[in-house]
Amino acid sequence: MSTRTLELDLSTPGVDSEGRPIRVPLGVRAGASEDELGGEHMLVNIGPQHPATHGVLRLVVELDGEVVLRVIPHIGYLHSGFEKLGEYRHYNQIVPLTDRTDYLSPMANNVCLALAVEKLMGLEITERCQVLRVIACEMSRVISHLVWLGTTGIDLGAFTPFLWSFQERERIYDLQEAWTGARLTTSLTRVGGMMADVPEGWTDGLRDYCRTFPKTLTEVDTMFTRNAIWIGRTQGVGVMSAEDAINYSLSGPMLRASGVAYDVRKDCPYLGYETYDFDVPVGEHGDIYDRYRVRLEEMWQSVRILEQALDRLEKLKGAPVNVSDPRVILPPKHRAMSDMEAMIYHFKQVMEGVSTPVGEAYLGVENPKGELGYYFVSDGTAKPVRWRIRPPSFLNLAALPKLCEGVLLSDVIAINASIDIVMGEIDR
Amino acid sequence: MTASTASLSPSVAALREKFGAAITRHAVSCGDTIVHVSNERAHEALAWLRDEPTQRFDYLTDLTAVEYRDVERALEVVYQLRSIERKADLRVKIELDKTAPLVVDSVVDLWKGADWLEREVYDMFGVRFRGHPDLRRILMWDTYAEGHPLRKDFPLRGHFSRAEQTRQALSANPEAQYSLEELSIAEAYEELPADMRERLRRGERGDVG
Repeated sequence: MSTRTLELDLSTPGVDSEGRPIRVPLGVRAGASEDELGGEHMLVNIGPQHPATHGVLRLVVELDGEVVLRVIPHIGYLHSGFEKLGEYRHYNQIVPLTDRTDYLSPMANNVCLALAVEKLMGLEITERCQVLRVIACEMSRVISHLVWLGTTGIDLGAFTPFLWSFQERERIYDLQEAWTGARLTTSLTRVGGMMADVPEGWTDGLRDYCRTFPKTLTEVDTMFTRNAIWIGRTQGVGVMSAEDAINYSLSGPMLRASGVAYDVRKDCPYLGYETYDFDVPVGEHGDIYDRYRVRLEEMWQSVRILEQALDRLEKLKGAPVNVSDPRVILPPKHRAMSDMEAMIYHFKQVMEGVSTPVGEAYLGVENPKGELGYYFVSDGTAKPVRWRIRPPSFLNLAALPKLCEGVLLSDVIAINASIDIVMGEIDR
Repeated sequence: MTASTASLSPSVAALREKFGAAITRHAVSCGDTIVHVSNERAHEALAWLRDEPTQRFDYLTDLTAVEYRDVERALEVVYQLRSIERKADLRVKIELDKTAPLVVDSVVDLWKGADWLEREVYDMFGVRFRGHPDLRRILMWDTYAEGHPLRKDFPLRGHFSRAEQTRQALSANPEAQYSLEELSIAEAYEELPADMRERLRRGERGDVG
């Protein structure tokens, strides 16, 4: 039998004249010929409602015994049409939509949106705003990686680190709530600034977190890094070479675990990341274990960045957060209620939105899952012609069939967990 | 879009030299360089950009499409390219006349990452990619018949009325939602409910053309 072909002509229904589906030959790999065992291939459906698929992902797995011949992912169960909705909204009204894409790191998405629109407008933000956004991004990285750590541990049978990581995550959620008023739907940024500065005494909470959180990281390190079961399940499983990782457009920890030292924060810096002192961990084997090591180390590095950012914030006490352009930033409420000019600006912004010049801009940021990119095309109005989300976990998940070639069924669960997907972002 | 030469990528000059008239125009917007390539030679130009030692755009950051509110304006397929080692970016665009069939050459043979991205552009805009190994809908379901949601002539609420959408949702047999690919593997066609077989026979494949 030849290799499989899937050249369905989409203009035709894909059925023959009798109405039977056009037959797709099974993919028979070298060495596994039919007459060897004469067994039939089995089709296993995992999901969309299955805890190990981390959301509403559906995997159809073709098995020869316990060996996976191929995996067909099906996505779209959480499709919300965010990109389409964005075309009908003012730029600041898109911020709440970004919360709901990668809902494990909403603040980082908010930051990316604001940065992309500011790039489109050529707007320079204030220094204090930059530092606040760095804090938001790194807090998001920590909570997102903690969810990954906990859920992957559960998938591989380790329950305790799940409780540890969710406990620590809860502390960041408390800080997030104190800052933005919401645990998930943070909507933190605005074009040209922030929704709010951090409240009084908030930085002490984050300092305390930076001081005590590494203890948990050390505990996780002790629990996993030299654990025989963990190593057995993760080393050499789901390997991606550096060349393939680039060719498959992987990004974030997935790319770096394969040995490609590419981090948007270092290679295409934004928010002044080039002025912070931190390292980018890079793996060498490209397997699940390296992805774990990379993510664990990234949390250490995030704590380093957070500490530096807190020091800077201290120095910038009292400095303005928002740009002073009244066409971009809403005037303070008391002025809008007492000053005619401020009221007009308030009215125009709420009714007409912030308009951008004709043009287009792509801006990528290093999100916990990988490179999140927002691509805006503007025709000069206050609503984008096109808002494209470059979803990191969409592209990372697209490599799943490649990663799962010839592994065991139980490894599919481990590999899928190691990709760190979030369906809100994949389906958008 | 104002074309300034301040931050123009040197790749543009190299492309113009190599491909001449196939490079229809270029621009710089917000510091990003944009090159328009004619559809006929786009695949060749993209392959050259990937393999040429002085270019080395080995990473496909993103692939998407843009349709403008101006109905006269062409639909654009957009490639965001990046060279990991040179740390350079380039945006390549192909303009498609909307009155003709929307077909471009697939770049899955150059970048594997393009597989799902092209499926998404097909799903959302109806652009077909010649040579794509498995071009079918990705976010919407196989039998989705309302069209391509990100097109400007697609209303925000969809083409069908809410009543029709509800009727279809209620009358759908969720058990029958298996792709043709899975059906042929499982050879479960005979076990399908009669209505699904009937739909397959009628050729309901979600293309309103």
